[in-house]
Amino acid sequence: MSDVEEAITRAHHDEWARVVAALTRRFGDLGIAEEAAAEAFATAVERWRADGVPPNPGAWLTTTANRKAIDRIRRENKRDDKHKEAQMLLDDTPPEPLGAIDDDRLRLIFTCCHPALAVEARVALTLRMVGGLTVPEIARAFLVQATTMEQRITRAKAKIKAARIPYRMPSADDLPARVSGVLAVLYLIFNEGYLASGPGTDPVRHDLTAEAIRLTRLIRALLPRSGEVAGLLALMLLIEARRPARVSTGGELVPLAEQDRGAWDAELIAEGHRLVRERLAAAAAGVAPGRYQILAAINAVHTSARDIRDTDWSQILALYDRLARLDPSPIIALNRAIAVAELDGPEVALAIVDRLAEALAGYHAYHATRADLLRRLGRGHEARAAYDRAIELAGNTGEIAYLTRRRAQLR
Amino acid sequence: MRYLISVIDDKNDPGSTDRRPAISAFNERLIAEGHWVFAGGLADTDTATVIDNRGEQAVFSDGPFVESKEYLAGIWVWEVPDLDVALKLAAEASKVCDRKIEVRPFR
Repeated sequence: MSDVEEAITRAHHDEWARVVAALTRRFGDLGIAEEAAAEAFATAVERWRADGVPPNPGAWLTTTANRKAIDRIRRENKRDDKHKEAQMLLDDTPPEPLGAIDDDRLRLIFTCCHPALAVEARVALTLRMVGGLTVPEIARAFLVQATTMEQRITRAKAKIKAARIPYRMPSADDLPARVSGVLAVLYLIFNEGYLASGPGTDPVRHDLTAEAIRLTRLIRALLPRSGEVAGLLALMLLIEARRPARVSTGGELVPLAEQDRGAWDAELIAEGHRLVRERLAAAAAGVAPGRYQILAAINAVHTSARDIRDTDWSQILALYDRLARLDPSPIIALNRAIAVAELDGPEVALAIVDRLAEALAGYHAYHATRADLLRRLGRGHEARAAYDRAIELAGNTGEIAYLTRRRAQLR
Repeated sequence: MRYLISVIDDKNDPGSTDRRPAISAFNERLIAEGHWVFAGGLADTDTATVIDNRGEQAVFSDGPFVESKEYLAGIWVWEVPDLDVALKLAAEASKVCDRKIEVRPFR
Protein backbone atom coordinates (compact mmCIF):
# COMPACT_ATOMS: atom_id res chain seq x y z
CA MET A 1 0.00 0.00 0.00
CA SER A 2 1.35 3.45 -0.92
CA ASP A 3 1.66 6.19 1.70
CA VAL A 4 -1.30 8.03 0.22
CA GLU A 5 -3.54 4.96 0.25
CA GLU A 6 -2.48 4.26 3.79
CA ALA A 7 -3.29 7.84 4.80
CA ILE A 8 -6.72 7.56 3.19
CA THR A 9 -7.46 4.23 4.87
CA ARG A 10 -6.38 5.65 8.22
CA ALA A 11 -8.41 8.84 7.69
CA HIS A 12 -11.46 6.79 6.77
CA HIS A 13 -11.00 4.73 9.90
CA ASP A 14 -10.46 7.73 12.20
CA GLU A 15 -12.48 10.50 10.60
CA TRP A 16 -15.53 9.07 8.81
CA ALA A 17 -17.87 9.13 11.81
CA ARG A 18 -16.56 12.53 12.88
CA VAL A 19 -17.21 14.03 9.43
CA VAL A 20 -20.70 12.52 9.13
CA ALA A 21 -21.55 13.56 12.70
CA ALA A 22 -20.37 17.16 12.25
CA LEU A 23 -22.21 17.54 8.95
CA THR A 24 -25.41 16.03 10.32
CA ARG A 25 -25.38 18.57 13.13
CA ARG A 26 -24.73 21.44 10.75
CA PHE A 27 -27.19 20.51 8.00
CA GLY A 28 -29.70 18.56 10.06
CA ASP A 29 -29.86 15.77 7.51
CA LEU A 30 -28.18 12.37 7.68
CA GLY A 31 -28.55 11.78 3.95
CA ILE A 32 -26.74 14.99 2.97
CA ALA A 33 -24.03 14.29 5.54
CA GLU A 34 -23.49 10.75 4.31
CA GLU A 35 -23.31 11.70 0.64
CA ALA A 36 -21.05 14.70 1.24
CA ALA A 37 -18.71 12.62 3.40
CA ALA A 38 -18.50 9.95 0.70
CA GLU A 39 -17.77 12.62 -1.92
CA ALA A 40 -15.08 14.17 0.27
CA PHE A 41 -13.29 10.84 0.63
CA ALA A 42 -13.55 10.22 -3.12
CA THR A 43 -12.04 13.67 -3.72
CA ALA A 44 -9.27 12.90 -1.23
CA VAL A 45 -8.28 9.84 -3.24
CA GLU A 46 -7.70 12.05 -6.31
CA ARG A 47 -6.30 15.15 -4.68
CA TRP A 48 -3.98 13.57 -2.12
CA ARG A 49 -2.40 11.50 -4.87
CA ALA A 50 -1.72 14.66 -6.89
CA ASP A 51 -0.96 17.18 -4.13
CA GLY A 52 0.17 15.00 -1.26
CA VAL A 53 -1.52 14.29 2.06
CA PRO A 54 -2.62 17.50 3.83
CA PRO A 55 -1.09 18.21 7.26
CA ASN A 56 -4.46 17.77 8.99
CA PRO A 57 -6.44 15.16 7.02
CA GLY A 58 -9.46 15.34 9.35
CA ALA A 59 -9.85 19.10 8.95
CA TRP A 60 -9.31 18.82 5.19
CA LEU A 61 -12.04 16.18 4.94
CA THR A 62 -14.52 18.13 7.07
CA THR A 63 -13.95 21.34 5.08
CA THR A 64 -14.25 19.49 1.76
CA ALA A 65 -17.37 17.63 2.88
CA ASN A 66 -18.93 20.89 4.07
CA ARG A 67 -18.34 22.42 0.65
CA LYS A 68 -19.76 19.36 -1.09
CA ALA A 69 -22.86 19.50 1.08
CA ILE A 70 -23.42 23.19 0.35
CA ASP A 71 -22.93 22.57 -3.39
CA ARG A 72 -25.43 19.75 -3.23
CA ILE A 73 -28.04 21.78 -1.33
CA ARG A 74 -27.62 24.65 -3.83
CA ARG A 75 -27.99 22.31 -6.78
CA GLU A 76 -30.99 20.49 -5.41
CA ASN A 77 -32.72 23.50 -4.00
CA LYS A 78 -32.05 26.47 -6.26
CA ARG A 79 -35.28 28.20 -5.31
CA ASP A 80 -34.67 27.80 -1.61
CA ASP A 81 -34.99 31.14 0.12
CA LYS A 82 -31.79 33.16 0.11
CA HIS A 83 -32.02 33.95 3.77
CA LYS A 84 -31.75 30.32 4.80
CA GLU A 85 -28.80 29.76 2.53
CA ALA A 86 -26.99 32.81 3.84
CA GLN A 87 -27.53 31.64 7.38
CA MET A 88 -26.24 28.21 6.52
CA LEU A 89 -23.09 29.60 4.96
CA LEU A 90 -22.41 31.81 7.95
CA ASP A 91 -22.81 29.01 10.46
CA ASP A 92 -19.27 28.61 11.67
CA THR A 93 -20.06 27.65 15.24
CA PRO A 94 -17.02 25.84 16.55
CA PRO A 95 -17.45 22.09 17.04
CA GLU A 96 -18.05 20.75 20.53
CA PRO A 97 -14.83 20.21 22.48
CA LEU A 98 -13.42 16.74 21.85
CA GLY A 99 -13.80 14.06 24.47
CA ALA A 100 -16.73 15.85 26.06
CA ILE A 101 -19.80 13.72 26.60
CA ASP A 102 -21.59 15.80 23.96
CA ASP A 103 -19.31 14.69 21.11
CA ASP A 104 -21.21 14.85 17.81
CA ARG A 105 -20.39 11.21 17.19
CA LEU A 106 -22.41 10.21 20.24
CA ARG A 107 -25.43 12.04 18.87
CA LEU A 108 -24.89 10.20 15.61
CA ILE A 109 -24.73 6.84 17.38
CA PHE A 110 -27.82 7.51 19.48
CA THR A 111 -29.72 8.60 16.39
CA CYS A 112 -28.72 5.48 14.42
CA CYS A 113 -29.72 3.25 17.35
CA HIS A 114 -32.98 5.05 18.10
CA PRO A 115 -35.64 2.74 19.57
CA ALA A 116 -38.25 3.97 17.04
CA LEU A 117 -36.25 2.30 14.24
CA ALA A 118 -36.45 -1.40 13.44
CA VAL A 119 -33.53 -3.40 14.81
CA GLU A 120 -32.19 -4.32 11.33
CA ALA A 121 -32.33 -0.65 10.40
CA ARG A 122 -30.36 0.32 13.52
CA VAL A 123 -27.66 -2.20 12.68
CA ALA A 124 -27.44 -1.10 9.04
CA LEU A 125 -27.43 2.63 9.85
CA THR A 126 -24.79 2.23 12.55
CA LEU A 127 -22.47 0.33 10.22
CA ARG A 128 -23.01 2.88 7.43
CA MET A 129 -23.01 6.20 9.31
CA VAL A 130 -20.72 5.43 12.22
CA GLY A 131 -18.66 2.54 10.85
CA GLY A 132 -18.32 3.94 7.32
CA LEU A 133 -18.95 0.57 5.66
CA THR A 134 -20.39 0.82 2.17
CA VAL A 135 -23.91 -0.40 1.48
CA PRO A 136 -22.69 -3.43 -0.57
CA GLU A 137 -20.35 -4.34 2.31
CA ILE A 138 -23.19 -4.25 4.81
CA ALA A 139 -25.44 -6.19 2.44
CA ARG A 140 -22.79 -8.90 2.10
CA ALA A 141 -22.35 -9.05 5.86
CA PHE A 142 -26.04 -9.76 6.37
CA LEU A 143 -26.53 -11.88 3.26
CA VAL A 144 -29.10 -9.65 1.61
CA GLN A 145 -29.16 -7.98 -1.81
CA ALA A 146 -27.47 -4.58 -1.99
CA THR A 147 -30.73 -3.05 -3.22
CA THR A 148 -32.59 -4.45 -0.20
CA MET A 149 -29.97 -3.00 2.15
CA GLU A 150 -30.07 0.32 0.29
CA GLN A 151 -33.86 0.45 0.76
CA ARG A 152 -33.54 -0.42 4.43
CA ILE A 153 -31.12 2.45 4.99
CA THR A 154 -33.08 4.89 2.84
CA ARG A 155 -36.28 4.07 4.69
CA ALA A 156 -34.61 4.56 8.07
CA LYS A 157 -33.17 7.92 7.01
CA ALA A 158 -36.60 8.99 5.73
CA LYS A 159 -38.21 8.07 9.04
CA ILE A 160 -35.58 9.96 11.03
CA LYS A 161 -36.34 13.03 8.95
CA ALA A 162 -40.14 12.77 8.69
CA ALA A 163 -40.81 11.71 12.29
CA ARG A 164 -38.15 14.13 13.50
CA ILE A 165 -35.97 11.82 15.52
CA PRO A 166 -33.82 14.41 17.28
CA TYR A 167 -30.08 14.71 16.81
CA ARG A 168 -29.02 15.14 20.39
CA MET A 169 -27.95 13.39 23.54
CA PRO A 170 -30.75 11.56 25.35
CA SER A 171 -31.86 13.13 28.62
CA ALA A 172 -30.08 11.92 31.74
CA ASP A 173 -32.95 9.69 32.85
CA ASP A 174 -33.19 8.10 29.38
CA LEU A 175 -29.45 7.62 29.03
CA PRO A 176 -29.02 4.15 30.61
CA ALA A 177 -31.82 2.66 28.46
CA ARG A 178 -30.50 4.35 25.33
CA VAL A 179 -26.92 3.22 25.99
CA SER A 180 -28.11 -0.34 26.44
CA GLY A 181 -29.93 0.00 23.11
CA VAL A 182 -26.66 1.03 21.44
CA LEU A 183 -24.80 -1.85 23.10
CA ALA A 184 -27.45 -4.31 21.92
CA VAL A 185 -26.83 -3.19 18.32
CA LEU A 186 -23.05 -3.59 18.70
CA TYR A 187 -23.42 -7.00 20.34
CA LEU A 188 -25.69 -8.09 17.50
CA ILE A 189 -23.05 -7.07 14.94
CA PHE A 190 -20.40 -8.89 16.95
CA ASN A 191 -22.47 -12.06 17.29
CA GLU A 192 -23.27 -12.15 13.59
CA GLY A 193 -19.51 -12.14 13.03
CA TYR A 194 -18.76 -14.58 15.82
CA LEU A 195 -21.33 -17.17 14.79
CA ALA A 196 -22.07 -16.22 11.20
CA SER A 197 -25.28 -17.70 9.87
CA GLY A 198 -25.88 -18.83 6.31
CA PRO A 199 -24.48 -21.60 4.16
CA GLY A 200 -22.24 -19.42 2.00
CA THR A 201 -20.21 -17.68 4.72
CA ASP A 202 -17.14 -18.47 6.77
CA PRO A 203 -17.97 -19.79 10.26
CA VAL A 204 -16.35 -16.72 11.82
CA ARG A 205 -16.59 -13.33 10.10
CA HIS A 206 -13.59 -11.45 11.40
CA ASP A 207 -14.58 -8.30 9.50
CA LEU A 208 -17.77 -8.02 11.57
CA THR A 209 -16.26 -8.88 14.96
CA ALA A 210 -13.44 -6.40 14.31
CA GLU A 211 -15.89 -3.67 13.30
CA ALA A 212 -18.03 -4.30 16.39
CA ILE A 213 -14.95 -4.06 18.61
CA ARG A 214 -13.80 -0.89 16.88
CA LEU A 215 -17.20 0.76 17.37
CA THR A 216 -17.38 -0.38 21.00
CA ARG A 217 -13.93 1.11 21.59
CA LEU A 218 -15.24 4.36 20.15
CA ILE A 219 -18.24 4.33 22.51
CA ARG A 220 -15.91 3.49 25.37
CA ALA A 221 -13.79 6.54 24.53
CA LEU A 222 -16.93 8.69 24.41
CA LEU A 223 -18.61 7.25 27.52
CA PRO A 224 -15.63 6.25 29.67
CA ARG A 225 -17.67 6.06 32.88
CA SER A 226 -20.26 3.55 31.67
CA GLY A 227 -19.67 0.17 33.31
CA GLU A 228 -21.73 -1.71 30.74
CA VAL A 229 -19.74 -0.23 27.86
CA ALA A 230 -16.54 -1.46 29.53
CA GLY A 231 -18.26 -4.79 30.17
CA LEU A 232 -19.28 -5.25 26.54
CA LEU A 233 -15.82 -4.32 25.28
CA ALA A 234 -14.23 -6.82 27.70
CA LEU A 235 -16.71 -9.49 26.65
CA MET A 236 -15.96 -8.97 22.95
CA LEU A 237 -12.20 -8.94 23.52
CA LEU A 238 -12.26 -12.16 25.54
CA ILE A 239 -14.36 -13.93 22.91
CA GLU A 240 -12.29 -12.51 20.03
CA ALA A 241 -9.10 -13.68 21.80
CA ARG A 242 -10.20 -17.28 21.31
CA ARG A 243 -10.87 -16.88 17.60
CA PRO A 244 -7.55 -18.40 16.44
CA ALA A 245 -8.47 -21.65 18.22
CA ARG A 246 -12.15 -21.66 17.42
CA VAL A 247 -12.19 -23.15 13.92
CA SER A 248 -10.20 -26.25 12.95
CA THR A 249 -8.22 -26.39 9.69
CA GLY A 250 -11.10 -28.47 8.35
CA GLY A 251 -13.52 -25.59 8.98
CA GLU A 252 -15.14 -27.21 12.00
CA LEU A 253 -16.08 -25.23 15.09
CA VAL A 254 -13.94 -26.29 18.05
CA PRO A 255 -15.75 -26.21 21.42
CA LEU A 256 -14.13 -24.42 24.35
CA ALA A 257 -13.11 -27.66 26.05
CA GLU A 258 -11.12 -28.84 23.01
CA GLN A 259 -9.48 -25.56 22.00
CA ASP A 260 -5.71 -25.15 21.87
CA ARG A 261 -5.41 -22.54 24.59
CA GLY A 262 -1.87 -21.71 23.51
CA ALA A 263 -3.35 -20.25 20.33
CA TRP A 264 -5.48 -17.73 22.21
CA ASP A 265 -4.49 -14.09 21.78
CA ALA A 266 -2.69 -13.20 25.02
CA GLU A 267 -2.78 -9.47 24.35
CA LEU A 268 -6.55 -9.34 23.91
CA ILE A 269 -7.00 -11.51 27.00
CA ALA A 270 -4.80 -9.18 29.05
CA GLU A 271 -6.81 -6.16 27.91
CA GLY A 272 -10.11 -7.93 28.60
CA HIS A 273 -8.95 -9.01 32.06
CA ARG A 274 -7.84 -5.45 32.82
CA LEU A 275 -11.32 -4.17 32.02
CA VAL A 276 -12.98 -6.92 34.06
CA ARG A 277 -10.75 -6.10 37.06
CA GLU A 278 -11.71 -2.45 36.71
CA ARG A 279 -15.40 -3.42 36.83
CA LEU A 280 -14.84 -5.82 39.75
CA ALA A 281 -13.33 -2.94 41.69
CA ALA A 282 -16.39 -0.83 40.89
CA ALA A 283 -18.68 -3.71 41.95
CA ALA A 284 -16.75 -4.02 45.22
CA ALA A 285 -17.40 -0.30 45.74
CA GLY A 286 -21.13 -0.97 45.43
CA VAL A 287 -21.91 -0.41 41.73
CA ALA A 288 -24.15 -3.31 40.68
CA PRO A 289 -22.82 -4.85 37.46
CA GLY A 290 -25.08 -5.20 34.43
CA ARG A 291 -25.39 -8.20 32.12
CA TYR A 292 -22.39 -7.44 29.89
CA GLN A 293 -20.11 -7.05 32.90
CA ILE A 294 -21.25 -10.39 34.30
CA LEU A 295 -20.85 -12.09 30.90
CA ALA A 296 -17.37 -10.57 30.65
CA ALA A 297 -16.53 -11.90 34.12
CA ILE A 298 -17.66 -15.41 33.07
CA ASN A 299 -15.39 -15.20 30.03
CA ALA A 300 -12.56 -13.93 32.23
CA VAL A 301 -12.88 -17.09 34.36
CA HIS A 302 -12.69 -19.25 31.22
CA THR A 303 -9.71 -17.38 29.80
CA SER A 304 -7.89 -17.55 33.15
CA ALA A 305 -7.75 -21.36 33.01
CA ARG A 306 -4.68 -22.69 31.21
CA ASP A 307 -6.41 -26.02 30.87
CA ILE A 308 -10.13 -26.81 30.71
CA ARG A 309 -9.64 -28.91 33.88
CA ASP A 310 -8.44 -25.80 35.74
CA THR A 311 -11.74 -24.00 35.05
CA ASP A 312 -13.31 -22.59 38.21
CA TRP A 313 -16.83 -23.86 37.52
CA SER A 314 -18.24 -22.84 40.90
CA GLN A 315 -17.21 -19.26 40.15
CA ILE A 316 -18.87 -19.51 36.73
CA LEU A 317 -22.04 -20.93 38.26
CA ALA A 318 -22.14 -18.13 40.85
CA LEU A 319 -21.88 -15.59 38.04
CA TYR A 320 -24.66 -17.30 36.06
CA ASP A 321 -26.85 -17.27 39.18
CA ARG A 322 -26.29 -13.55 39.38
CA LEU A 323 -27.02 -13.12 35.67
CA ALA A 324 -30.18 -15.22 35.93
CA ARG A 325 -31.48 -12.93 38.68
CA LEU A 326 -30.90 -9.95 36.38
CA ASP A 327 -32.25 -11.63 33.26
CA PRO A 328 -34.39 -14.71 33.91
CA SER A 329 -34.40 -15.71 30.22
CA PRO A 330 -34.34 -19.37 29.12
CA ILE A 331 -31.10 -18.82 27.17
CA ILE A 332 -29.27 -17.74 30.34
CA ALA A 333 -30.76 -20.78 32.11
CA LEU A 334 -29.44 -23.02 29.31
CA ASN A 335 -25.90 -21.66 29.62
CA ARG A 336 -26.08 -21.92 33.39
CA ALA A 337 -26.98 -25.61 33.00
CA ILE A 338 -23.67 -26.20 31.22
CA ALA A 339 -21.84 -25.05 34.36
CA VAL A 340 -24.16 -27.18 36.49
CA ALA A 341 -23.19 -30.23 34.41
CA GLU A 342 -19.53 -29.67 35.30
CA LEU A 343 -20.25 -29.34 39.03
CA ASP A 344 -23.19 -31.67 39.69
CA GLY A 345 -23.04 -33.97 36.67
CA PRO A 346 -24.95 -34.23 33.41
CA GLU A 347 -28.06 -35.76 34.95
CA VAL A 348 -28.81 -32.73 37.15
CA ALA A 349 -28.08 -30.45 34.19
CA LEU A 350 -30.35 -32.42 31.88
CA ALA A 351 -33.26 -32.02 34.30
CA ILE A 352 -32.77 -28.24 34.13
CA VAL A 353 -32.42 -28.26 30.34
CA ASP A 354 -35.54 -30.39 29.87
CA ARG A 355 -37.59 -27.78 31.69
CA LEU A 356 -36.64 -25.29 28.92
CA ALA A 357 -38.07 -27.51 26.15
CA GLU A 358 -41.06 -25.36 25.38
CA ALA A 359 -39.28 -22.00 25.38
CA LEU A 360 -36.25 -23.14 23.36
CA ALA A 361 -37.67 -25.79 21.01
CA GLY A 362 -36.57 -23.79 17.96
CA TYR A 363 -33.10 -22.89 19.26
CA HIS A 364 -30.24 -25.03 17.92
CA ALA A 365 -28.05 -24.58 21.02
CA TYR A 366 -30.79 -26.06 23.22
CA HIS A 367 -30.72 -29.29 21.18
CA ALA A 368 -26.93 -29.29 20.93
CA THR A 369 -26.59 -28.92 24.72
CA ARG A 370 -29.14 -31.66 25.30
CA ALA A 371 -27.41 -33.91 22.80
CA ASP A 372 -24.10 -33.50 24.59
CA LEU A 373 -25.62 -34.22 28.02
CA LEU A 374 -27.45 -37.31 26.71
CA ARG A 375 -24.23 -38.49 25.08
CA ARG A 376 -22.39 -38.16 28.39
CA LEU A 377 -25.15 -40.14 30.09
CA GLY A 378 -24.75 -42.94 27.54
CA ARG A 379 -28.24 -42.40 26.14
CA GLY A 380 -27.08 -42.69 22.53
CA HIS A 381 -30.45 -43.11 20.90
CA GLU A 382 -31.89 -39.93 22.39
CA ALA A 383 -28.61 -38.10 21.82
CA ARG A 384 -28.79 -38.91 18.12
CA ALA A 385 -32.31 -37.46 17.84
CA ALA A 386 -31.15 -34.30 19.63
CA TYR A 387 -28.11 -33.96 17.32
CA ASP A 388 -30.43 -34.38 14.32
CA ARG A 389 -32.61 -31.54 15.52
CA ALA A 390 -29.59 -29.31 16.38
CA ILE A 391 -28.08 -29.86 12.91
CA GLU A 392 -31.40 -29.08 11.30
CA LEU A 393 -31.68 -25.77 13.15
CA ALA A 394 -28.02 -24.64 13.14
CA GLY A 395 -27.12 -21.95 10.60
CA ASN A 396 -23.35 -21.89 11.04
CA THR A 397 -21.38 -24.14 8.69
CA GLY A 398 -18.61 -24.83 11.23
CA GLU A 399 -21.10 -25.74 13.91
CA ILE A 400 -22.98 -28.08 11.58
CA ALA A 401 -19.68 -29.83 10.75
CA TYR A 402 -18.88 -30.23 14.44
CA LEU A 403 -22.33 -31.55 15.38
CA THR A 404 -22.31 -33.95 12.43
CA ARG A 405 -18.98 -35.43 13.54
CA ARG A 406 -20.21 -35.74 17.12
CA ARG A 407 -23.32 -37.54 15.95
CA ALA A 408 -21.24 -39.95 13.88
CA GLN A 409 -19.17 -40.80 16.98
CA LEU A 410 -22.21 -41.97 18.93
CA ARG A 411 -22.32 -45.64 19.74
CA MET B 1 -43.90 19.59 14.97
CA ARG B 2 -47.34 17.97 15.07
CA TYR B 3 -48.04 14.30 15.68
CA LEU B 4 -51.21 12.29 15.44
CA ILE B 5 -51.52 10.08 18.49
CA SER B 6 -53.85 7.15 17.90
CA VAL B 7 -55.30 5.17 20.76
CA ILE B 8 -55.69 1.57 19.66
CA ASP B 9 -58.08 -0.82 21.32
CA ASP B 10 -58.47 -4.54 20.79
CA LYS B 11 -61.93 -6.09 20.49
CA ASN B 12 -60.67 -9.41 21.85
CA ASP B 13 -58.79 -7.87 24.73
CA PRO B 14 -60.23 -4.40 25.43
CA GLY B 15 -58.55 -1.95 27.81
CA SER B 16 -60.27 -1.06 31.06
CA THR B 17 -63.26 1.30 30.98
CA ASP B 18 -62.52 3.35 34.08
CA ARG B 19 -59.81 5.57 32.51
CA ARG B 20 -61.81 8.81 32.11
CA PRO B 21 -60.55 10.64 35.23
CA ALA B 22 -56.92 9.70 34.53
CA ILE B 23 -57.24 10.81 30.89
CA SER B 24 -58.76 14.13 31.96
CA ALA B 25 -55.89 14.76 34.36
CA PHE B 26 -53.38 13.86 31.61
CA ASN B 27 -55.17 16.25 29.21
CA GLU B 28 -54.90 19.05 31.77
CA ARG B 29 -51.18 18.48 31.87
CA LEU B 30 -50.87 18.43 28.06
CA ILE B 31 -52.68 21.78 27.96
CA ALA B 32 -50.54 23.26 30.74
CA GLU B 33 -47.32 22.17 28.99
CA GLY B 34 -48.49 23.54 25.65
CA HIS B 35 -48.68 20.18 23.82
CA TRP B 36 -52.45 19.84 23.49
CA VAL B 37 -53.89 20.69 20.06
CA PHE B 38 -56.90 18.42 19.83
CA ALA B 39 -58.30 15.26 21.38
CA GLY B 40 -61.36 13.12 21.03
CA GLY B 41 -62.68 9.66 21.75
CA LEU B 42 -64.44 7.88 18.89
CA ALA B 43 -67.75 6.03 18.84
CA ASP B 44 -67.70 2.33 18.01
CA THR B 45 -66.45 1.29 14.53
CA ASP B 46 -69.96 -0.07 13.80
CA THR B 47 -71.14 3.54 13.58
CA ALA B 48 -68.73 4.39 10.74
CA THR B 49 -69.79 4.93 7.13
CA VAL B 50 -67.44 4.79 4.14
CA ILE B 51 -68.18 6.96 1.11
CA ASP B 52 -66.58 6.30 -2.29
CA ASN B 53 -67.35 8.98 -4.85
CA ARG B 54 -64.51 8.26 -7.25
CA GLY B 55 -66.86 6.70 -9.78
CA GLU B 56 -70.14 7.73 -11.42
CA GLN B 57 -71.99 8.19 -8.17
CA ALA B 58 -71.28 8.14 -4.48
CA VAL B 59 -71.42 4.70 -2.89
CA PHE B 60 -72.11 4.49 0.82
CA SER B 61 -71.21 1.44 2.82
CA ASP B 62 -71.93 0.66 6.43
CA GLY B 63 -69.00 0.02 8.76
CA PRO B 64 -65.31 0.98 8.87
CA PHE B 65 -62.97 0.93 5.82
CA VAL B 66 -61.10 -2.00 7.27
CA GLU B 67 -62.43 -4.68 9.59
CA SER B 68 -59.93 -5.76 12.19
CA LYS B 69 -59.74 -6.79 15.81
CA GLU B 70 -57.62 -3.75 16.53
CA TYR B 71 -59.23 -0.42 15.84
CA LEU B 72 -58.84 3.29 16.41
CA ALA B 73 -60.59 4.22 19.65
CA GLY B 74 -59.52 7.85 19.91
CA ILE B 75 -56.99 10.41 18.84
CA TRP B 76 -54.89 13.30 20.02
CA VAL B 77 -52.97 15.88 18.06
CA TRP B 78 -49.89 17.07 19.95
CA GLU B 79 -47.49 19.89 19.29
CA VAL B 80 -44.03 18.83 20.51
CA PRO B 81 -40.44 19.65 19.48
CA ASP B 82 -39.44 16.15 18.32
CA LEU B 83 -40.16 12.42 18.38
CA ASP B 84 -38.40 11.82 21.70
CA VAL B 85 -40.81 14.16 23.48
CA ALA B 86 -43.75 12.57 21.64
CA LEU B 87 -42.63 9.04 22.57
CA LYS B 88 -42.16 9.96 26.19
CA LEU B 89 -45.66 11.40 26.40
CA ALA B 90 -47.06 8.48 24.40
CA ALA B 91 -45.57 6.02 26.87
CA GLU B 92 -47.47 7.83 29.63
CA ALA B 93 -50.59 8.00 27.48
CA SER B 94 -50.52 4.23 26.98
CA LYS B 95 -50.52 3.74 30.76
CA VAL B 96 -53.18 6.38 31.28
CA CYS B 97 -55.50 4.91 28.61
CA ASP B 98 -54.57 1.27 29.29
CA ARG B 99 -54.28 0.87 25.52
CA LYS B 100 -51.66 0.77 22.77
CA ILE B 101 -50.66 4.08 21.22
CA GLU B 102 -49.42 4.87 17.71
CA VAL B 103 -47.35 8.00 17.13
CA ARG B 104 -47.31 9.34 13.59
CA PRO B 105 -45.95 12.67 12.39
CA PHE B 106 -47.92 15.05 10.24
CA ARG B 107 -46.21 15.88 6.99
